[in-house]
Amino acid sequence: MNVPDDLLYTKSHEWIRREGENIRVGITDHAQAELTDVVFVELPKVGTPAEAQAPIAVVESVKAASDIYAPVKGTVVEANDALTNNPALINTDPFGKGWIFALKIDNADDLKNLQSAQAYKDQIG
Amino acid sequence: MVPFGGWLMPVQYTGIVDEHKGVRNAVGMFDISHMGQFVVSGNGTRDWLNTMLTNNVAKLDVGQGQYTFLLNDDGGVIDDLIVYRTGDAEFLLVVNAAKVDEDLAWLEQHPANGIALRNRRPNFGGVAIQGPRVVDLFHELLGHDVELPARNCIRDFVTENMTVTIARTGYTGEDGVEVFFRAEDAAKLWNLILERGKKFGAKPCGLGARDTLRLEMCYPLNGSDLSAERNPIEAGLVFFVDLEKREFTGRDKLLETKTIGARERLVAFKMNGKGPPPRPHYALFSNGNQVGEITSGTLSPSLNIGIGMGYVSAASAKIGTPLEVEIRGQKFPATIEKKPLYKNQS
Repeated sequence: MNVPDDLLYTKSHEWIRREGENIRVGITDHAQAELTDVVFVELPKVGTPAEAQAPIAVVESVKAASDIYAPVKGTVVEANDALTNNPALINTDPFGKGWIFALKIDNADDLKNLQSAQAYKDQIG
Repeated sequence: MVPFGGWLMPVQYTGIVDEHKGVRNAVGMFDISHMGQFVVSGNGTRDWLNTMLTNNVAKLDVGQGQYTFLLNDDGGVIDDLIVYRTGDAEFLLVVNAAKVDEDLAWLEQHPANGIALRNRRPNFGGVAIQGPRVVDLFHELLGHDVELPARNCIRDFVTENMTVTIARTGYTGEDGVEVFFRAEDAAKLWNLILERGKKFGAKPCGLGARDTLRLEMCYPLNGSDLSAERNPIEAGLVFFVDLEKREFTGRDKLLETKTIGARERLVAFKMNGKGPPPRPHYALFSNGNQVGEITSGTLSPSLNIGIGMGYVSAASAKIGTPLEVEIRGQKFPATIEKKPLYKNQS
């Protein structure tokens, strides 16, 4: 499983890329493999306030609907509209074109609560 | 892997959609060793089974099988199963994994003299081989001059010194067989079938594809579409009930439902457009009123649209009725369709 070293991770299988005051969020390669073929993504609206660990998006595979959680407190500034027509981008390019949303974060210190690539690798075994 | 009826079962090997299409276009194999295999034998077995099961066992010649129900006294479904007549006074019942204990307990509560009933699992296993290339694979395994059993028929064969019992049936809507064998032969057989089937595109398939394939055909799943609170008339499966039989468990209740009409019916529906897939327990609406609830739902890999089944009030159960599915507070349009939702090429 691909776990890029330059990203942060949540226990609930989201990845986080720091982009200045914003973070970009998606689900990991491990998560997409577990979910199987993604067929629908419910995106958050731009401007939506996000609470840490609160559900903010839904990714649906053939198998089941899964909540996606905001990693930290912030405000949604972008949502990946490409997923509306092509939800399978989450399967084919989870760390790239399959990103789900971007947040403007309230407090950069909150990112300290997230785990490193190594810790995430240990988590998924 | 997920727990399923006391067994650890794979949801998928290569992916649900990939496996689903493999079965529709070539051939797939499913491990069904978790299913119960009851052997019932002794003089009078046929008549006794006929009092316990809804379909007419008396219509079976040796080597034939039928889909049928085991009902409770209220006509509710304990289990749906296939009963095969494997000898003059010997029958094989293939039942749902999660219902083995309940089925056995219910059957044993209605004993008859001289009849032996035993579950031969886990000493026997099973593999379902499903898809349009199944006949080619069968010939590759057993010889090109060997005839496959006819639809719903069952027969013993020998391959590589292993005796296997093969029934022409399945749960996918494709041509297919279910193969039963001694547990000690399981690994060897699985690998043999996979190896010989390679050139026909055979691939292992998990519970995920099994569910999407059966749902496209509107085959019910016990525990979801069938339950102790639902009878076969409500489920639209009265074809597998012989109400002409004078006596069987649940008959009085079924006659009553037939006379007064089912209050709710199991319908199949398709979503009208793209959107989130329907899922079990989502509410179904008609003209703004809730008329029922989804029991099975998914995105159909063959049709690439959301499909499902659910019980709705009889007044809203006609084919063509517009429905709305409530998904996370939002309503999405759907339409009641004729079963099955998918028709294969053959």
